[in-house]
Amino acid sequence: MAYEASLRVWRGDDEGGGLEDFLVEVNEGEVVLDIIHRLQATQAPDLAVRWNCKAGKCGSCSAEINGRPRLMCLTRMGTFDEEEVITITPLRAFPVIRDLVTDVWFNYEKAQSIPPFTPRERDEDGNHRMQQVDVERSQEFRKCIECFLCQDTCHVVRDHEENKPSFAGPRFLMRIAELDMHPLDTLDRRRAAQDDFGLGMCNITKCCTEVCPEGIKITDNALIPMKERVVDRKYVPKTWLGRTIGRRKD
Amino acid sequence: MTATVPAGPNAPGRATIAARTLRTDRWWLQPVTTVTVLVLFIVYSTFRAFENAHFEAGAYLSPFYSPCIATGCEETAFPVLIPGPAFISPALYILVIPLGFRLTCYYYRKAYYRSFWLSPPACAVAEPHSRYTGETRFPLLFQNLHRYFFYVGLLYPVILLYDAAHTVWARDDGGYVGLGTVILVVNALLLAMYSMSCHSCRHLIGGRLVHFSKHPIRYRLWTWVSRENSRHMKWAWISLVVVAAADFYVRLLSTGAFDDPILF
Repeated sequence: MAYEASLRVWRGDDEGGGLEDFLVEVNEGEVVLDIIHRLQATQAPDLAVRWNCKAGKCGSCSAEINGRPRLMCLTRMGTFDEEEVITITPLRAFPVIRDLVTDVWFNYEKAQSIPPFTPRERDEDGNHRMQQVDVERSQEFRKCIECFLCQDTCHVVRDHEENKPSFAGPRFLMRIAELDMHPLDTLDRRRAAQDDFGLGMCNITKCCTEVCPEGIKITDNALIPMKERVVDRKYVPKTWLGRTIGRRKD
Repeated sequence: MTATVPAGPNAPGRATIAARTLRTDRWWLQPVTTVTVLVLFIVYSTFRAFENAHFEAGAYLSPFYSPCIATGCEETAFPVLIPGPAFISPALYILVIPLGFRLTCYYYRKAYYRSFWLSPPACAVAEPHSRYTGETRFPLLFQNLHRYFFYVGLLYPVILLYDAAHTVWARDDGGYVGLGTVILVVNALLLAMYSMSCHSCRHLIGGRLVHFSKHPIRYRLWTWVSRENSRHMKWAWISLVVVAAADFYVRLLSTGAFDDPILF
């Protein structure tokens, strides 16, 4: 059955803006992105919204729905009461461009700064070989669609803009973990994870895991294992003592 | 000179939204529940640790006082290693390890950072602090010592199991299994599950490896610990409540509130 939903949508740009109220028709089975498109088609043709696949695979339509970072294409209208006012805002951790579109350049900068995959020499026949069991931990992290909801919800940068230069965020700390666990990668990424990418800033409150639309266990399978690897490298007494007395250089 | 950037999600250039959060669900329920349970536990365990009385009832020894290695225990199965003054509670010598293990535990860190320090109180709810450095500085840098508390803490389930067995064979009347024995065994097993499911254990047993294929036994152990690690929160809470309950049971027996029921 169709009904009219009450929407509050943030409209504006980097100079200011606010929440505007709309009544928009909703039909059975629709998702929030459908309703935003209907709003755009019927009442607000200049509403800016980023979207692409409508299937939860491109990571474009990230927004905050009733204050929670979510993909608009995966949020069913059926999960709300018909009388409920649904508030939709852009991601609050990034600069806004217009309406629901934010500038996520911060994430691309962080991605660029990570030393790339550095495999060992190929085998004599020119191939790289690895066992499935060795690589499957890293494969979980490859499910990431780069929607940046984890980056948006992480309070280290969401609540503290000043931390952005020193903290890569969960998505890219997960990338470092992925490479560090990879059976072919040859770089030791543990010290850089702590010193250059801010792993120590993470206080493992698991919001990144809570919002991940792919269900990746970012905290348990990437960030905490990486923290433990950093302990191996930096805080085990033998390593610490070696550095202190100058027998160990790195 | 560095410009001052306002705290919270209203930094320059971001969407101007005055509200601290736009969440409409009961996001405060989880931190309030966590604070309530943890405060109750802290108050009770502190009282019991300093009470220095009613920790033995016949062969039963409260888990807060085990291993009893100081002056003051009558039925202890362990040698007196610290012949200190009797007015110092024996619990104070040994509780530092379980306390350190739980304080530095990755799950409890999440719980108290969120609930007590409000950093953040819930996802997408702005924290009240103007500055944040995480676990990069003293004293939170010491959270990295978790594995050492884990190493020593592994002894505790073994000691508690020994205590439970001791309650059977150390009785003057030939020995029986009472309800208290069962409670102590359950407490020891729950503590073992909490310890073995910890993130440090998961790392040390196999997580630090790059090539699982070269270490099949450690890989199998890692898969088992990983499975239990996903239930670490559950083990953390259950073992916390049961250790307090086990202590309370011993206290009730010690004060003569009732006699320990004989099971067989």
